[in-house]
Amino acid sequence: MERGKTMKLSIPEEELVGSGHLACQGCGATLCMRYALKALGQNTILDIPACCWSVIDGPFPHTSVKVPLFHTAFETAACVASGIRAGLDVLGRGETNVVAWAGDGGTFDIGIQALSGATERNDNIIYICYDNEAYMNTGIQRSSATPYGAWTTTTPVKHFKKMPKKDLVRIMAAHRIPYTATASVGYPEDFIAKVKKAKEIQGTTFLHIFSPCPPGWKSQPEKSIQLARLAVSTCYFPVYEIENGEKYTVNKVIKKPRPVKEFLEQQGRFRHLTEEQVNGIQKNVIVSYNELLKKAGLDLEVHVEIKK
Amino acid sequence: MKQVIMGNHALSYGAMLSRVQVIAAYPITPQTQVVELLSEMCADKTLDAEFIKVESEHSAMAACIGASAVGARTFTATSAQGLALMHEMIHWAVGARLPVVLGNINRAMGPPWTIWTDQNDSLSQRDTGCLQFYARSNQEVLDSVIQMFKVCEQILLPGMIILDAFALSHTSEVVDVPDQKLVDKYLPPFHPRYILDPKEPHTFGGLTGPDGYYELRYKIEEAIQRAKSLINETGKEFGELFGRAYGMVEKYKLDDAETVLIASSTIASTARIAIDELQNEGKSVGLLRVRVFRPFPAEEIRELLQSRKKVAVIDRNISFGHEGIFAQEIRSSLYNCKNKPPIWGYITGIGGRDVTVENIKDIVNDTIKSDKPSGDIIWKGVRL
Repeated sequence: MERGKTMKLSIPEEELVGSGHLACQGCGATLCMRYALKALGQNTILDIPACCWSVIDGPFPHTSVKVPLFHTAFETAACVASGIRAGLDVLGRGETNVVAWAGDGGTFDIGIQALSGATERNDNIIYICYDNEAYMNTGIQRSSATPYGAWTTTTPVKHFKKMPKKDLVRIMAAHRIPYTATASVGYPEDFIAKVKKAKEIQGTTFLHIFSPCPPGWKSQPEKSIQLARLAVSTCYFPVYEIENGEKYTVNKVIKKPRPVKEFLEQQGRFRHLTEEQVNGIQKNVIVSYNELLKKAGLDLEVHVEIKK
Repeated sequence: MKQVIMGNHALSYGAMLSRVQVIAAYPITPQTQVVELLSEMCADKTLDAEFIKVESEHSAMAACIGASAVGARTFTATSAQGLALMHEMIHWAVGARLPVVLGNINRAMGPPWTIWTDQNDSLSQRDTGCLQFYARSNQEVLDSVIQMFKVCEQILLPGMIILDAFALSHTSEVVDVPDQKLVDKYLPPFHPRYILDPKEPHTFGGLTGPDGYYELRYKIEEAIQRAKSLINETGKEFGELFGRAYGMVEKYKLDDAETVLIASSTIASTARIAIDELQNEGKSVGLLRVRVFRPFPAEEIRELLQSRKKVAVIDRNISFGHEGIFAQEIRSSLYNCKNKPPIWGYITGIGGRDVTVENIKDIVNDTIKSDKPSGDIIWKGVRL
């Protein structure tokens, strides 16, 4: 079928992720790669530490991406990218995009030192973290990106995670990184625009992508996009960007947030939470969102009525 | 051109003359001057390279790996804790078949904090597949960097040039810094067949099950075995061009000596004086220096030690729970030989304790006098 002739596509048509990859049904991480590569194009090198994508890409000798890919150790996404960048620059191949592609464990936890180092040096790399909020590849263990209240195999129901999710974007902003943004696989146009923007910027850019995981979240595969969008419309995961660590822009301003309960109740990982605990999450989500709106200079304060 | 330089700067000059393209390093005593001089060279464009000032040794090796994977010649340097931190990525460089070259200034491992020399840091990398050359002079440090690139880029494995903390790293010696044109003649540019290139996309290091992994390891062993002849050939070629030949081992007045002393690094330099004096005293002794530890010169050891009366090995290291590591390797190389000599394994100089001509003579005399070794390990100079 000649696509794009009868319908105007809102995202690039080029497909650099092939079928036959090994992802689970409804995997957000796979959509993440598909959209990111649409924005990046063929002239891209990926380095991937241990994460779901170490498996998704396929076992040797198979691969499901049409760009060069270097698998590397867990904590080295950013520094391997720095090395690739330096090598390309010295060899006169500076126009190639260098992308460090890691999950939340490899970014928020074990890889944060190398990420901070590369960002402080302002190495010309794009770092994309697909965040499924736990170590999904090793079997759903908690990471510092796991939110308050979530069940994981290392935070069992009787001892669910009590600490909030690490605010990595703020940490990146504190580095005065030229560009950092959040995006959701539920909004590909916004995500692709951000990758394209990152591509044009000289220096380090960091994208934090919200990426549903049906096996890890105990959610239905067909609900992944709905969840990725609900995370935004409930203000659980706002999509915004920060330039030079200072200029905040909220890309999707939610004037009337939907109750966070609608997002939580579709996921088995939150099933054990009491109403009071859910209300606590709701309160924190709104407080954080209003803080964000303030940082973005928006004269707006949102509310969600908590039903007793 | 002859210059008076310290061992650390010999590493820097070696890297410069090898025209390294990407350097990534993190400071650690006593390595610091290596990277300080390289930073200056990059800043004033004496060296056309990118220098990534990483935030850890782990990242230093990882950045070198990334750069090497796109086809750049890469270099780093470290010591002790830094090398231990790199360990995971040394395995990675080996598995990814990337010829990253690093300098390691032998420094004892903490705790307690120490900055003086012994070999436990580098020998802890024994089983990674990374080549190891132990230098006994600053000249050899410089020359070995150039030779290491030539060997490693043919077999696609990383390599480590090792020098003693302070005894070489901070000691100034006369070094003939070779002419760049001559080095260029010896060491061709690095053009690996497979690189990360969007025009020819490949995936490197993807999940491999028992059906494929085994053979990949076999190929690493095949490559490092090939390094043995390459080291001797490229060392000979080095001699033809620069007047200084190198091999897997170095013989000193060995001839048909009844007792052979085996040492490495600067102890092997000091041992030359001890051997001179012992020979003057009429003793039948000679010195064999193990220059290359990985790959291990088992063939040379067998050829040169069979039918000798006694062998004394000096180890500035200890494999806790077993014995000195060079002694271990020499014993195992000889095990299947018919006429194997008894081996005295001495430990000395740990943590930078001075090893003098007298100490070495004492070790050799001890070996000559005793009928058999008093144990698997003979400790020398322990003060309890």
